[in-house]
Amino acid sequence: MPEQFFFAAEVMVNGLMVGVMYALVALGFVLIFKASGIFNYAQGVMALFAALTLVGIQQGQVPFAHLINAIFGTDLHHFGWEVPAVLAILLTVLVMIGLAVLIERIVLKHLVNQEPIILFMATIGLAYFLEGVGDLMWGSDIKVMDVGLPQGISDVIDQTTYEWFGYGFFIDRLDIAASIIAALLVAALIVFSQYTREGRALRAVADDHQAALSVGISLRFIWVLVWSIAGFVALVAGIMWGAKSGVQFSLSLIALKALPVLMLGGFTSIPGAIVGGLIIGMGEKLFEFLVGPLVGGATENWFAYVLALLFLVFRPQGLFGEKIIERV
Amino acid sequence: MSVAEITPDGRTLGGTLMDMRNITLRFGGVTAIKDISFDIREGEIRAIIGPNGAGKSSMLNVISGFYNPQEGEVWFRGDKRGPMRPYQVARLGIARTFQNIALFDGMSVLDNIMTGRLTHTKSGILDQAIWWGKAQREEIAHREKVEEIIDFLEIQRIRKTPVGRLPYGLKKRVELARALAAEPKLLLLDEPMAGMNVEEKEDMSRYILDVNDEFGTTVALIEHDMGVVMDLSDRVVVMDYGRKIGDGTPDEVRGNQDVIDAYLGVSHD
Repeated sequence: MPEQFFFAAEVMVNGLMVGVMYALVALGFVLIFKASGIFNYAQGVMALFAALTLVGIQQGQVPFAHLINAIFGTDLHHFGWEVPAVLAILLTVLVMIGLAVLIERIVLKHLVNQEPIILFMATIGLAYFLEGVGDLMWGSDIKVMDVGLPQGISDVIDQTTYEWFGYGFFIDRLDIAASIIAALLVAALIVFSQYTREGRALRAVADDHQAALSVGISLRFIWVLVWSIAGFVALVAGIMWGAKSGVQFSLSLIALKALPVLMLGGFTSIPGAIVGGLIIGMGEKLFEFLVGPLVGGATENWFAYVLALLFLVFRPQGLFGEKIIERV
Repeated sequence: MSVAEITPDGRTLGGTLMDMRNITLRFGGVTAIKDISFDIREGEIRAIIGPNGAGKSSMLNVISGFYNPQEGEVWFRGDKRGPMRPYQVARLGIARTFQNIALFDGMSVLDNIMTGRLTHTKSGILDQAIWWGKAQREEIAHREKVEEIIDFLEIQRIRKTPVGRLPYGLKKRVELARALAAEPKLLLLDEPMAGMNVEEKEDMSRYILDVNDEFGTTVALIEHDMGVVMDLSDRVVVMDYGRKIGDGTPDEVRGNQDVIDAYLGVSHD
């Protein structure tokens, strides 16, 4: 029986770690939704694009090599140098900021005061565009992300827990790293949005554009800022997921897992994204462990969505979402 | 007009704060404002009145940068102002309220008013994040200013309430508080008394007079209610169909035949 108990505990811990990864993706959605009321369909693709760019820069790939080769008949593929991971990450951050500026200039600027659904459609377009550009720039082959994050099972934890409980916990070191990084990221974001002028401005813009303008807030600056931050969060998520399962198209689909997380946590709450992620991560692993064998397994595919559906029925604003206030 | 002047009730009016020169504003084929000039003097309460659709709100939106006129010049504090965006105008020291109230519904009353201080925040983002030195002193100073305004407008009880829950009259007051928090050189009020009952109107009138009197804030307001306007303002611009049909003290305007015609209609017999 203790064996069973410890196994369940191990499943839970692993579930929490996966939950952190979900939360990382969900965070990007929350940021943009809070600041502009836009549900950014492209968030997952942004994570893919960021990961592709990072790997590309790191390995010294020539951007648009295929296109250039096709037009000029050249045979370019790599510059022949390798960029250190830290520098490559910094450069990728710059690329994501550049992307934010372009998105504002080319798309958002023209859609001020439009209905949220129109902005949502624009982000769908953006998603496909980015997906295509990502492929065109860096090629569509599966890449390995290696920025020096620890990988593999942690021997220390395995041994210590074995000594304590007579049962060794298998925990991926990458998951531990992801948890620490996510915690730092969230702390920084909360401090930023609650205690800085830009954070206050950001919350103001989220609430009412006209009023924000009238107190001297530049909408365009705030949008560039928030898309830059979302781009940065996408990069972090891209690094983590890329290191876990390779940089490939399916990376963009992790966004789908962020949806139930958002419904649980609320679209407007940063802590909500974290708690939602943890609940879903742990819930789906435990459910698979406890109920899975009874129904033939593969419950992880639908558990999160069913849970989200229940939340939609009983608490549509999520656990931490802003109360829906309406005066009649 | 001489530079300084004492009003009948003992306030001092300074020189020209804002000068609108031959403003014309068109929307496609519709001319909302036609060649209007007027000035606003430092320390005065200036009203813009007129029937529905006269172009009053458009004029306020020109002053606050929400619209840029096709023709004419806007002079503020002795400088000609080029085409500007609303947030730039706000940073010049022009604060405003809106006809249909534009507040941050999800934020508390206090946070709403604090946004009014944004243009005055100078410390860096890092300092603010770690609550350090200058940022801390600044935040405390802002809070003091905001509390002063909260006391002034008598909204202490609701300072933590999310604005979305407040009744209409109080929302109007919070909006005024936010505008005041910016310590504006010019305060623009778009129908501050629309939709209020008599008692609320009296309160609001008193606040506007007190703001002008105690803080020395110059006020430009739009209002439908003739009685209120005549009591409050030092000078009145009257608009009709995008034109200026009268400009002067309340008494002068009241006796102006064009104004009477615009408000009461002209018989065609």
